[in-house]
Amino acid sequence: MPATKLSKAATHDHASRIFDLDVSSLRELNQALHALTPGSNETAWEVLHPKGSHSVAVGVDQPVTIDVRGSVGYYCGGMNSGSTITVHGSAGPGVGENMMSGSIIVKGDASQYAGATGKGGLLVIEGNASSRCGISMKGIDIVVHGNIGHMSAFMAQSGNLVVLGDAGDALGDSIYEARLFVRGKVDSLGADCIAKEMRPEHLELLQGLLDRAGVTGVKPSEFKRYGSARTLYNFNIDNADAY
Amino acid sequence: MCGIVGLFLKDKSLEPQLGAMLSEMLVSLSDRGPDSAGIAIYGAPSKNEAKITIQSAKPARDFRDLDTELAKAIGAPVSIAVKSTHAVVRTTPAKIDEAREAIQALRPDIRIMGAGDVVEIYKEVGLPEAVVDRFDVRKMTGTHGIGHTRMATESAVTTMGAHPFSTGADQCLVHNGSLSNHNNVRRELIREGMKFETENDTEVAAAYLSSQMAHGKNLGEALEGTLSDLDGFFTFVVGTKNGFGVVRDPIACKPAVMAETDQYVAFGSEYRALTKLPGIDNARVWEPEPATVYFWEH
Repeated sequence: MPATKLSKAATHDHASRIFDLDVSSLRELNQALHALTPGSNETAWEVLHPKGSHSVAVGVDQPVTIDVRGSVGYYCGGMNSGSTITVHGSAGPGVGENMMSGSIIVKGDASQYAGATGKGGLLVIEGNASSRCGISMKGIDIVVHGNIGHMSAFMAQSGNLVVLGDAGDALGDSIYEARLFVRGKVDSLGADCIAKEMRPEHLELLQGLLDRAGVTGVKPSEFKRYGSARTLYNFNIDNADAY
Repeated sequence: MCGIVGLFLKDKSLEPQLGAMLSEMLVSLSDRGPDSAGIAIYGAPSKNEAKITIQSAKPARDFRDLDTELAKAIGAPVSIAVKSTHAVVRTTPAKIDEAREAIQALRPDIRIMGAGDVVEIYKEVGLPEAVVDRFDVRKMTGTHGIGHTRMATESAVTTMGAHPFSTGADQCLVHNGSLSNHNNVRRELIREGMKFETENDTEVAAAYLSSQMAHGKNLGEALEGTLSDLDGFFTFVVGTKNGFGVVRDPIACKPAVMAETDQYVAFGSEYRALTKLPGIDNARVWEPEPATVYFWEH
């Protein structure tokens, strides 16, 4: 899957279509987004007064840009497929859950399980993300400018989690093949998660992720890489007595 | 699920609006729990009066002439303000325990919701909107308060199973989560002499805090104890006569958001609950850390 560039110079040939959630219902917004067809001219959307609403812009499957002016509740941008969603505020639990492609940028903080089970695309949290960030991630790239909470990347399967700040307890518990890059301190590593050597291909990969997330002034060499020790992959007969 | 809210005012000028603000916060979380709702409001203290909030399924029968009968029984002046199924009994602070016992003797069907110098507690089966309307909570004035809308898991949907739970003077607690060692802790607290009204897990948490504070711990220390002594999922919001506290279990899967300005400290299960508070756009908004005690006192 080609990397999605965050286009800062998105050209707006048409005026944004504005949905004010003080006036329109969330269902009207999401139905209008779901009604979009390939090649639609309505490529720029703006959502006003989200006030912590759940499920803002879930299931969008067209390459439109959506600017959400305020903080959102659960599952914003869930299942996103190809759209670029910017939350100009903070996001509640499960932002970008099961994202397939596209990108979501949260200007503030994100609550629990940001990017959970995401299969693709890029999730950028410009503030902090709380617990379980990237839990069960399956190919999504997540870049957090701040810190992440405990049990992040639990059972992470593939994709990349980049953290410019610190990570809480039990990072990468029972991790499969995802790559974790942390610049700050890690409170503790979870079962089967270990620090790994940063090879040239990882530095290159990380530089690409930082570029895509619009991070400047931070070098890939400042990060440590963590990943799976792969000791939980197969049942160990010596552990049979434990069951 | 379940939705919990709390509001602790720093700015006295907001006190007349406490009931309205807290009601708004609770109603915004209605879809987190449709079973029952409740609110505790800490009002202005009075030197001459303490309060007992009581509830009856048959208020017309149980509240009639209770003031005169109770005054006679305890030998002190008593007033009663009836609000739907609840009533607030006021009497001299020194007579409050006696009044409590006398109420139970005079009207065995009456349930005590809570007692203290300042707290009033209203809770019923139904949606938050219906509950705050029924008890005219929006017009209530006060310094701080907590509220809960319930999606029942651990015990029956009844008035007594609704939150807040109060197990000590001016102490009450709301809870999102479920405790797994509540039966054991309840047995230990019963041995200590604590009394329980329900089989509910949250009542055990409330009683645990009351017991800790009765042993001389402050609110912060008592909350700290929940992290080692209570097992299960919890986000607790707690009120005392002059304090307000929050704690989440170490796993912290039950949601919590807080906001602080020069005027107030507010808690909500979700940010939705905070959106109508004054100055929220410039407030410090954060998610309380797991296994970390937060408390404020006047």
